[in-house]
Amino acid sequence: MAQVAAPPRRSAGPRVPAWVAGLVPLLVLGVGIVLFVALDAPGLQRNGIPVEELAVEKTELRPGQIELTVRNNGPDPVGIRQAIVNDGFAAFEQTTEDIGRLGASRVTIDYPWIEGQAYDVALVTATGGTATSAVDVATETPETDVGFFGLMALVGLYVGVIPVAIGMLWLPWLRRVDQRLVQFLLALTLGLLAFLGLDALLEGQEFAGTGSQAFGGGALVFLGAAVSYLGLVGLDAWLRGRKRRESAKGAGPWRLAFLVAFGIGLHNLGEGLAIGSSYAIGSLALGATLIVGFALHNTTEGLAIVAPVANEPGGGAQRLRRLVGLGLLAGVPAVIGAWVGASAFNPSLAAFMFGLGAGAIVQVIVQIAPSIRDGAGRLLHPLAVGGIVTGVALMYATGLLISV
Amino acid sequence: MKFAAQKISRRKLLGGAAGATAAIPFLHEAVPHQGVHDQLAQAQAQAQDGHGGGEQPGVSSASHRGSAHRGTVGRVDPEVNGFDPTEILRNFDRGTVTRENGRVVRTFEIVAEDKEIEVAPGVKFAAWTYNGRVPGPTLRAREGERVRVSFVNASSHPHTIHFHGIHTDVHDGIPGVGPGNISPGGSYTYEFDAFPFGLHLYHCHSTPLAEHIAKGLYGTFIIDPKDERPEADELVMVMNGFDTNFDRTNEVYAVNTVAFAYEEKPIRVKRGDLIRMYVVNVLEYDLLNSFHIHANFFDYYPTGTRREPAEFTDTITQAQGQRGIVELRFPFTGKYMFHAHVSEFAELGWMGFFEVV
Repeated sequence: MAQVAAPPRRSAGPRVPAWVAGLVPLLVLGVGIVLFVALDAPGLQRNGIPVEELAVEKTELRPGQIELTVRNNGPDPVGIRQAIVNDGFAAFEQTTEDIGRLGASRVTIDYPWIEGQAYDVALVTATGGTATSAVDVATETPETDVGFFGLMALVGLYVGVIPVAIGMLWLPWLRRVDQRLVQFLLALTLGLLAFLGLDALLEGQEFAGTGSQAFGGGALVFLGAAVSYLGLVGLDAWLRGRKRRESAKGAGPWRLAFLVAFGIGLHNLGEGLAIGSSYAIGSLALGATLIVGFALHNTTEGLAIVAPVANEPGGGAQRLRRLVGLGLLAGVPAVIGAWVGASAFNPSLAAFMFGLGAGAIVQVIVQIAPSIRDGAGRLLHPLAVGGIVTGVALMYATGLLISV
Repeated sequence: MKFAAQKISRRKLLGGAAGATAAIPFLHEAVPHQGVHDQLAQAQAQAQDGHGGGEQPGVSSASHRGSAHRGTVGRVDPEVNGFDPTEILRNFDRGTVTRENGRVVRTFEIVAEDKEIEVAPGVKFAAWTYNGRVPGPTLRAREGERVRVSFVNASSHPHTIHFHGIHTDVHDGIPGVGPGNISPGGSYTYEFDAFPFGLHLYHCHSTPLAEHIAKGLYGTFIIDPKDERPEADELVMVMNGFDTNFDRTNEVYAVNTVAFAYEEKPIRVKRGDLIRMYVVNVLEYDLLNSFHIHANFFDYYPTGTRREPAEFTDTITQAQGQRGIVELRFPFTGKYMFHAHVSEFAELGWMGFFEVV
């Protein structure tokens, strides 16, 4: 119907300011909702009885007490009336008697739990339903004091900052090797990132499964991925625009390195979060093997950051500053993640953050991909495929050393 | 409510210690069974030696966490349920007596109805009941009488009443035989002779069977022997449980329905009195239940069908549907615990106290 002329932009009616016209539908919607609720949903009838959905978001152990943070995911209020620990009623106190939709209650149960034993906790609601939580190995939840934050910072340094920095020490070597080897290493980086991206998605899904489904569950991971992907695309476009104005030579590879570092940083944020939260609930032993595993795993990330700038000429203070900045950008989020994970852990938030990491990595992959094209413009030439597969294998192998 | 409110007062126990050393008059009564008799003589001797009673001044009972026996928070108001576990103990429905051809005919009326009850403080259970209570009324007849049970089903589900006893198939109260299932709104009169004497039970036999029982359709049926049992303070104890979240395991255990009811309000009995407990296990989803009394022993009459006790013990075990009569006397005043020696049941509600005065 292309030939139909567009109607005149303004009708002959009374002139109303544009912003008022824009508000009209919102006003109608608001009034409609108020009336609908006030009239108790006319014409609609509830089918069946309320289904209670309680999620135990957090389980903490203090001397003689088990503390649960419970969230109501269902549409109706839920009241916890009794608590059962390992087949025995136990006295408790709670912050909220009747928990509204998406509301939370902190339930403190008196129980003489014993270090190293397993416990099943069931919260009995007014309708007789139960929300359960399992403590696999009881150990006191660490107090989040200064010393604890110091410990988490140390862990973050060990698994994030230091390995990334070590990995970046490959730069001088990279500068001297054959161009084809650099291309191979870029492909390897692609493989590393693909592995990390998939890992973040899966781990995010795992957290989403344990969290409150009312907040989106697994969708949160993809939401996070979309947000960070689009955010980075926007950032990249902005950087390009700026660089074009400055017409700085060689901005491309540094921009790429920055994006790689940023993406890896977001991933390490999630990794730190996982470590911190596991440590806080006592399910993580901070042994040497785990730290060494993370270090090996993340050293490869340092390589990934410097690979794009292997052929960049120059040196000196500015270059060093840039490299240090990139290293911190990639590594420090592990520290922040560990702090957040250990002190204010929430599975839904964790799922979202892993999504952020995954989205960032996808964006970085898209950015790096062109630089591994061969002379004929092929992306998946034998050398590149070899590099990608090697990268995935390397990540898989070092990943065996760590399991949070 | 926290632990402090539930601590057991040892002061009350101390009050009882003095009484225990006094002469115990009932020792010289003609008691038919040696067990309960001997136990009292020994207890008296102990008390006079200064070893008995178990009440040591200065012992603090609840000085550490977890020493309170009841884990539940709050209390169940009998007004809300419409029945009180304390009243159920000594409440017997003897029906209406008429005579036909010189024979006693005892008629009971039972109505099945759906009713929400509170089985632990704040925890509601959509029960199916006989006469609005769980357990249903304790029906009591004498050996040889004619029993008529006029049953009306006011529930929204089909039900029956199946009596344990000896009778014809038509009055056995199972689906598919005789009147079979009694539909909602329907009625039927079960009729049989009270035979054999002993402690029996009745329950719904509609399918799914475990569910119809577990939801509360059961009660005690006592047939007294022709020559009466000795005068006693008689208590009915129906050991039951409730699967509140439909996972076919019980969340709440109790005697006469309400978790920890007799912990909160101990059963008052008199020192030296003969106490006869009609202990019935109607628990579903668990194979066994048990009854254990502290600081005492009892004569046990399985199913109550013999006049001689089978055992002199402090712990008995009953499978589903088993029952038996427990007879004892408390030689000392004080507070004495009783509970399932299946300890997890005890901590999930099946625990209480006698307060001997």
